Amino acid sequence: MKKGPIKGTLLFLLMVLVPFFLSIYYVNILSEILILGVFAVSLNILVGQTGMVSLGHAAFFGAGAYATGLAAIKFSTNIFVTLGIGLLFAFLLALIIGLLSTKAHGFYFLMLTLACSQIFYSLVYQWTTVTGGSNGLSGIAPLDVFGDIRLSNQVFVYYFILVVMAILLFLLSRFLHSPLGSVFIGIKENEERMKSIGYNTALYKNISFLISGTMGGLAGGLYVIFNGFISPTDVYWTASGSVLIMVLIGGVGTLWGPVIGAAFIVILETIVSSYTENWMMIIGTAFILFVIFAPNGIVGIFNRAKRIVVKQQKIEHKEPNIIPIKQQTKMDG
Amino acid sequence: MSALLLQMMNGLSYGMLLFIITCGITIVFGILGVLNLAHGSLYVLGSYVGYSLIIKAGLPFWVALMAVPLLIAIIGLVLEVVILRPTYKLGHLSQVLLTFGLAYIFHDVFSMMWGKNILVVNPPDVLNMSVEIAGNAIPAYRLALIVIGIVIAIFLWYTQEKTKWGAVIRAGLSDKEMVGGLGVNIHFVFTCVFFLGSLMAGLGGVLGSPVLGVYPGMEFQILILSLVVLVVGGLGSVTGTFIASLLVGFVETFSRFFLPELSLIITFALMALVLVIRPQGLTGRRVV
Repeated sequence: MKKGPIKGTLLFLLMVLVPFFLSIYYVNILSEILILGVFAVSLNILVGQTGMVSLGHAAFFGAGAYATGLAAIKFSTNIFVTLGIGLLFAFLLALIIGLLSTKAHGFYFLMLTLACSQIFYSLVYQWTTVTGGSNGLSGIAPLDVFGDIRLSNQVFVYYFILVVMAILLFLLSRFLHSPLGSVFIGIKENEERMKSIGYNTALYKNISFLISGTMGGLAGGLYVIFNGFISPTDVYWTASGSVLIMVLIGGVGTLWGPVIGAAFIVILETIVSSYTENWMMIIGTAFILFVIFAPNGIVGIFNRAKRIVVKQQKIEHKEPNIIPIKQQTKMDG
Repeated sequence: MSALLLQMMNGLSYGMLLFIITCGITIVFGILGVLNLAHGSLYVLGSYVGYSLIIKAGLPFWVALMAVPLLIAIIGLVLEVVILRPTYKLGHLSQVLLTFGLAYIFHDVFSMMWGKNILVVNPPDVLNMSVEIAGNAIPAYRLALIVIGIVIAIFLWYTQEKTKWGAVIRAGLSDKEMVGGLGVNIHFVFTCVFFLGSLMAGLGGVLGSPVLGVYPGMEFQILILSLVVLVVGGLGSVTGTFIASLLVGFVETFSRFFLPELSLIITFALMALVLVIRPQGLTGRRVV
């Protein structure tokens, strides 16, 4: 466990150095990865941590993005004020949707979140005077951080997003081991038992939904700062589907999995779309292969590889017998 | 009054079309426990193949109406045997995600084969006219849709409620293990049900293309509508799906007529309302 923070700090320093070596094109790709990483991490709290599979997470992304964008156009140019408004809006939306949908279980929860997010999508799509309808919301100028510092450059935006992501991952790694985090895992493992121990699971599910939704709003706010534009397609339910794909490909319930999944999808999309238009097909195929052969995602593959290596080292030392092989086949099947 | 009647007929025919599209996904979900997110894709595939047969190959509409559903059903059969059957052990959620991946793949196959334009098929010549009812000209094709929908509904209802096959399906809805224990080859039943579901998707595809057209990204719209009907109606029941389809058809048609700016919201609000008040759907039992 102690290696974690050191590795994280090293990675952060490496990421800080990136703009000095790579062109702006790659920096933008990295920014996109980080934003979608925040989005995927937020969904992971719900799916991986608390065990509630949501297919409506794009609503919070959209709420955060539209609220931040509108605040930037109408009220303020300070990034913390506008992001704060975006977060507040996503929080309120999560409060409403959470109260409605956390009562339901499994498939019905999935459908309720889907329905609510589609209602939000319709609102965005049809409230043309405020949101710009299908044309999207554009004309969002660069924002100020402190005093004179303005995010006028894509590299500054990248640094801002990087810092937010670093803080978020640090808080999350604390959170995973906090009592509240354990309660969430308990609900995922066995809700009935948590209830009988005396936890008010409905309340905790709502809290999980609120944290997750607000963080989704943060991702949306960052996206609108990065992109200067948001359109209803980013709120449509296929967006919720693709972020779910990221979480599942990366590794459900792990700290880094969703970020790795986001990186995988964005990189794959960038590479594939420079050769062919049909990147959805490639991602669909990759996704199917992952579901069948690596249900624990990329992180799962790493862990399995690590375990096999460690085991082989042990075998060399101890008994080269049937037992490890048996265990291995168990893991494969 | 006359506008109201016209909208009634529109809502009715749209609801019937929804029923034909949705009963496949409902039965499959009820029996297999797998929410087939590629169902919309099978529908759109039916529409596209129908377009190719009718417009490109110049075959009569009726031939396409016979051939396409069979073709789609065979494709569905292959999908079930090749992709779903080996993965039953992974659990339902994984299988749902598998079908979502399939929908992605289909999306690109469509744009590769049929381009990105909106394609429309003309109704057959016999029905390419309007019938006068109480002073209103109503397209004959819409009337035909209503009749076909009712016939299919009665056929499915009879099959499910009155035949031995239907008894197996109903039993499978409540307890799969028990049915397997009683000597029914439940995997064979799964395959047959998936075949039937794909058949209905293909049929809906051909019947729907003169009314709705077909365009890229349509599968996701159709899918979401099917999910609304599925949730409103409840699982696996032909009657529930029928009522829900008509309800959704009417609600959508009328909200488009009276409150066009809120039309999208009202349909989903209906779904959310049903889920909150009666999570098992209007007629369904609680499965999951």
